[in-house]
Amino acid sequence: MSEHRFRSLAETRWRIAMALTATMIAIYFGFILLIAYDKPLMGRLLTRGLSVGVLLGALVIVASWVLTWVYVRWANTHYDAGMDEVRRGEGAR
Amino acid sequence: MIAMLQGAAAAQREVATRLGEPNAVAMAFFFAFIAITLGITYWAARRTRTTEEFYAAGRTVTPGQNGLALAGDYMSAASFLGIAGLVSTTGFDGLIYSTGWLVGWPVVLFLIAEPLRNLGKYTFADVVAARLRQTPVRLAAAVGTLATVAFYLIAQMVGAGGLIRLMFGLSYETAVVIVGAAMMAYVLFGGMIATTWVQIVKALLLLGGAALLAILVLARFGMNPVALFAAAAERYGDAVLAPGRLVAAPLDAVSLGMALMFGTAGLPHILMRFYTVPDARAARTSVFYATGLIGFFYLMTFVLGFGAMVLVGPEAIRGVDPGGNMAAPLLAEVLGGTPFLGFIAAVAFATILAVVAGLTLSGAAALSHDLWVNVVRHGEADSREQLRVARVATIALGVVAVVLGILFKGQNVAYMVSLAFAIAASGNFPALVLSIFWRRCTTEGIVASMVIGTATTLLLIWLSPTIQVDILKHADAWFPLKNPALVTIPLSFAVGILVSLATRDDVAYEKFAAAERRMHVGAD
Repeated sequence: MSEHRFRSLAETRWRIAMALTATMIAIYFGFILLIAYDKPLMGRLLTRGLSVGVLLGALVIVASWVLTWVYVRWANTHYDAGMDEVRRGEGAR
Repeated sequence: MIAMLQGAAAAQREVATRLGEPNAVAMAFFFAFIAITLGITYWAARRTRTTEEFYAAGRTVTPGQNGLALAGDYMSAASFLGIAGLVSTTGFDGLIYSTGWLVGWPVVLFLIAEPLRNLGKYTFADVVAARLRQTPVRLAAAVGTLATVAFYLIAQMVGAGGLIRLMFGLSYETAVVIVGAAMMAYVLFGGMIATTWVQIVKALLLLGGAALLAILVLARFGMNPVALFAAAAERYGDAVLAPGRLVAAPLDAVSLGMALMFGTAGLPHILMRFYTVPDARAARTSVFYATGLIGFFYLMTFVLGFGAMVLVGPEAIRGVDPGGNMAAPLLAEVLGGTPFLGFIAAVAFATILAVVAGLTLSGAAALSHDLWVNVVRHGEADSREQLRVARVATIALGVVAVVLGILFKGQNVAYMVSLAFAIAASGNFPALVLSIFWRRCTTEGIVASMVIGTATTLLLIWLSPTIQVDILKHADAWFPLKNPALVTIPLSFAVGILVSLATRDDVAYEKFAAAERRMHVGAD
């Protein structure tokens, strides 16, 4: 039982870590590729003093916060509790 | 004395600044910082008796403390002075660094922090070597570590020398020697405990100083950053809010982005911090705090950079230092006069000193823990011997840092750091990820990945326009990219995977199940 629980948790953690890493990569390199290949869009002004590029730059930082928060929340509630169970299971054995 | 007068005269010509003249406030803050940190070192020295205390602060650092210390280790002078300078002179282009330097942190959290804490002891090589043959892996990891540390150290020492020369009118060489001496005192006597607290003090000073500066800037624009950006665009054209010349070649931008994103997860002095907390959960929480603090700091660099552009002016900034590195101190002078200039200059200096201490400790750990204890002595060295070797290594690295700092006088600070990131991203990061998550990796594969990742990065940097055109003044360079990460990170992964598939390592396969369990549930 403990072994099964461990496997499924380990795989879930791997999937979540990969999904979040891929999201971060997509966001950041999306930003960089826009800088590289669509300079006019990045320079377009949304309002006086705020270009698309500056706004997206700030949003990349906000996105980093949100993604770390998502992971920490999942790990603190589900992953830790699950691994505690696995540890207890080992103790009982 | 002559250098001081020349510095002052040069500054006077371009802009009315007292930068470069002896500044009583800067001196006072600077000596207060040195006194406090040496006090901390004295306190820490009495608690540093074992290797676990020397390398890992006895694993008693709390997540909040470690979050601050990680931020302190990471927010180097390159970020504070370099980014503020880049933004103030190029506008939007500087922001590519601001964002790039943060996005590595989520990657550290998702892939590295917790496995590292559960699988290793003092260095990242502990993790890579956990299932593999010790000697070749440790040798290769030490090369990657020392190459990263060397480039990073050069950048910091050059920044420190230039900064102190501009601030206090001391000679560049004297400044570099002072940094080397103070840093060696922290690491030699106080080990990781002193280094951690130096980072915490520095992080609070830097975040506080930058926040104060940002608030003073914003106060002139109705607390509205957009009004500040508008003022910059009004004076210097809308182009300052758009991508410009710095990323003339698209692939350069992508390559630099890859180095920044994956390099963070391969920086030895950052990775070493995860061993100072009690468990994996604390490691996780500390990255969460660090990401918040560092992101906040980089958002402030938007304000500081554009603030310096509007309130000081790009020409004046370049007049004082062609690299633009003095933008933040000059901005402080405009906003708060000489005393605030002194405070910010002292904060920038403390920043460099703390980062250099962290780097030196991680380099010393690679030399003593990885090379001496595990390769030369095959793990058979007692605690006394390990500490003695670690301290000798610290002195050696301190001397090397001072010598390199003097040899590399006059280089751009931000760029040297991004080269260190390229080595960390190509030499260290792929090996870490493969060895933690991939059952099928072999000693040969991982060693090949580390050696080829590091070697090709160094080779391509040598062949790049950064060295060939900017430094050696050749007409063109054989390799087109300023930063090689776009080529070297995929290459390092490919080499690691292909060589692993072509070889067998039955011991490594057998150990995977136990290592995987330990990575998730911890050592006990």
